[in-house]
Amino acid sequence: MAQHTRSEQADRIRHLLETEGPAIHAHASASNARRKETYGGTDDLEELRTEARSIKEAAIDRLPELIETVREAVEENGGTVYIADDAADANAYVTDVVNREATNGADGAAASPSVVKSKSMTTEEIDLNDALEADGIDVTETDLGEWVLQLADETPSHIVGPAMHISREEIATLFNERFDPDAPFETATELTRFARDHLGEIIDGADVGVTGANFVVADSGTITLVTNEGNARKCAVTPDTHVAVAGVEKLLPTLSDLEPFVDIIAKSATGQPISQYVTMLSPPTDSPTLDFDAPDKPITAGEGAAADGTGADGPGTQDREFHLVLLDNGRMDMREDDQLRETLYCIRCGACSNSCANFQSVGGHGFGGETYSGGIATGWEAGVHGQESAAEFNDLCTGCTNCVDACPVKIDIPWINTVVRDRLNRSDDPEAYDFLVDGLTPDAESGGLDPGKRFFGNIGTVAKAASATAPVSNWLADAGPVRAVLERTLGIDRRRDLPTFRRESLVDWFAGRGGAAASSRRAARADSRNGADIDREAVLYTDVYTNYVDIDRGKAAVRTLEALGVPVRVPNLPESGRAALSQGMIATADRQASRLYAALAEDLDAGRDVVVIEPSDLAAMHREYERLLPVDSYERLRDGSYEICEYVYGLLENGADPTALSTGDGAEPVAYHSHCQQRTLDLEAPTAAVLERCGYAPELSSAECCGMAGSFGYKREYYELSMDVGERLAEEIDDGLPVVASGTSCGDQLETLLERDVAHPIELLAPGGART
Amino acid sequence: MTVDTVGRFERALEGLEVGLERVTAADASERIGTIAAEPAIGVPLPFDDVDLPASVTTDPMAAELTAARTGITPVGFAIAEYGTVAVESTANGAEPISLYPERHVAVVAESDIVPDISAGFDRLADGFDAGRDSVVFATGRSATADMGDLVHGVHGPGDVHVIVLEDR
Ligand code: SF4
Repeated sequence: MAQHTRSEQADRIRHLLETEGPAIHAHASASNARRKETYGGTDDLEELRTEARSIKEAAIDRLPELIETVREAVEENGGTVYIADDAADANAYVTDVVNREATNGADGAAASPSVVKSKSMTTEEIDLNDALEADGIDVTETDLGEWVLQLADETPSHIVGPAMHISREEIATLFNERFDPDAPFETATELTRFARDHLGEIIDGADVGVTGANFVVADSGTITLVTNEGNARKCAVTPDTHVAVAGVEKLLPTLSDLEPFVDIIAKSATGQPISQYVTMLSPPTDSPTLDFDAPDKPITAGEGAAADGTGADGPGTQDREFHLVLLDNGRMDMREDDQLRETLYCIRCGACSNSCANFQSVGGHGFGGETYSGGIATGWEAGVHGQESAAEFNDLCTGCTNCVDACPVKIDIPWINTVVRDRLNRSDDPEAYDFLVDGLTPDAESGGLDPGKRFFGNIGTVAKAASATAPVSNWLADAGPVRAVLERTLGIDRRRDLPTFRRESLVDWFAGRGGAAASSRRAARADSRNGADIDREAVLYTDVYTNYVDIDRGKAAVRTLEALGVPVRVPNLPESGRAALSQGMIATADRQASRLYAALAEDLDAGRDVVVIEPSDLAAMHREYERLLPVDSYERLRDGSYEICEYVYGLLENGADPTALSTGDGAEPVAYHSHCQQRTLDLEAPTAAVLERCGYAPELSSAECCGMAGSFGYKREYYELSMDVGERLAEEIDDGLPVVASGTSCGDQLETLLERDVAHPIELLAPGGART
Repeated sequence: MTVDTVGRFERALEGLEVGLERVTAADASERIGTIAAEPAIGVPLPFDDVDLPASVTTDPMAAELTAARTGITPVGFAIAEYGTVAVESTANGAEPISLYPERHVAVVAESDIVPDISAGFDRLADGFDAGRDSVVFATGRSATADMGDLVHGVHGPGDVHVIVLEDR
């Protein structure tokens, strides 16, 4: 990204933070909190997610066959199926249906044909409204949020709550200007009543109802609409012609496959156990058509129908017409794409958006492409609108993995973002500053990668060089002119404190105090003192920051393990690949994963435990390595590696003596912020438990993220967003409490925000505290 | 059908602010009449010896559908776990009659209340096989938060009552 786009991006994000951020945060964080609560209260949640996932996998696998099945089923019911290749194809078909219905319809000749719509992101994707209007057709959105957008001429900011960014006051202003009521609208109730009555009349007179479909059951031709307002029901039942537009990926084989989705979609979207209306229609339905132009005509066929209204071919059906438009628009290609295929499992519940700290701050307009927004939008936009459409906002995914536990179909959303970022990196034009980074970046990436990305992606090499030349490199880095160059070339915001590189690395320090042999002696002494028979050996994985910058936490880890009777080795190990992954440099990460595994294989064979301090590196080994290493290697490393406090927890559970550590007074309060990826690995609890066992009373943060997310907060264009997210965390932390955090960047961010020291929990626990 | 299931249904409805009354078939008509605000429209009830009150219009005209304050319909079954009633799209107008008026009175036989969504899907599948293949699971009152705060009664009813026929 060149300099001017960086500053434009910064301006745009700042604008959104001020204008749309507050309304988005209020709604998205509330939905996220309800979702968590409902997930927590659902006993069979994991089974449900697993089942939903496997049904989607099988359905996408069988998609061509399901398309034939649904065609037969809908035609047998008396409807029509149209497979649209792309947006233009779909729009032309729907326009044609509407025009035909308006001329032939029994509704009498209206001035111009009219369509009422219920909310559908798929019709947003193809810009159906524009196409219909261009043909002289009146289109009215009936979902209240969508209608507000239509009146305001804006685009959705959230896939479930499209007008989430607009506050009640703004809606009231909009309505008052537009409709000039006798008494100005003010409350949500007044606005809702007015919208209902106004839209109700439009629905009653419409020629055609257009809906989307959340799911389509192939073998019965059943479309499922999930809503809370009831407008989709009205759009489907009132006009005698119903057109449903759905992506082909919405097909499910049978009715029983629908069950887990009906059960989970509202839980993930809004935290409701089930939505108000789950409408399952196999149209054309038996419901009588409603002709409000003939108010004195009974809507039903009279007594005969009433006595037995349940017949499959009741009198209502004869006038009804139904069209199912199944949209391809890139989906069949996504199905062939091993990395993007997963996107097709998405049920568009918006849980990934709600759980995302960056999304909560800026909303879909900062975090979206042409149509879709939030974490999964990267996959959708790349698939249906093309990679460039995903380019602009793809950086906003920091890989925190909060969305991974939220997604009802278990999509690895961060991975999709990594993949698309990787593809974008490869397609960029070579830029001017490559030479600056080239010397420092021995990566496996082809040219053209953004220099800032290469810098952060190769942070290990950079840190090594900086350490070798410290303190000169630190003085240099702090100098004003150097900061200006760093900002211009690499995009590192000059308001950020840069890490101070230490001349003596952790590996050097460890070797200097006698290395593995001395460590064994220390551990043996501790073991005989404590009487616990701990028969383990550990290899400490030294991440870049621990090795060159924050070496105190590394020393604390070594001392803690030795005090609990575990001999430690601190070898010079290759990087995990986390930094490269965060910049979308998959080839580099792949090579690093292989090297790290090779370097650790002998230790694993010898039964040594790999102990990791930085949660994001452990997360790479436990999550992404599954895609980068052979399955046996992956499982071997995953099963043999532990987060430091998790490991200490295991030692204490197996008889190690906590009094060998620095213990609190029994209930000594301490604020603890875990790490996003650590939480996804379910490793927040062991740290909290260790702190409790050692006499502390940890107060756990609930904020989604610290906002720093590795290199994200260093980048000029994201500095303000990073601080906005971080402030929500800082506000939770009581004044005066000591604070510990598991991630390096979380700690740095908190130190900036709270203006006091923030250590790793292991530094609090280490015998003698954090000595240097 | 155990009493427990009805209890569970009742608790779920309470959380949704939907009223539930258990009545005998003999008393049903009178109770429905008390709950129904006029003008009321409805679908004839398929349960033995249970009639709609005389004041309720069946086979309404379009104008009556618009004017009605209450719509009374039978429902195919109910799901206790979530407080859901299953409205079937029938030719006698159950779908619009349960949707348009501001109050919906749903009448269900106690023997048609199933414990959870799985059992609900079994019932749904039986109905599909018998040709009743358009069904709305309606749970609580129509709602939106799109205007800033949560408001009930948007396009659908803002007021819902369930009558359970304890001897049917
Ligand atoms: S990716 Fe998952 S969480 Fe996000 S919208 Fe799709 S289904 Fe929901």
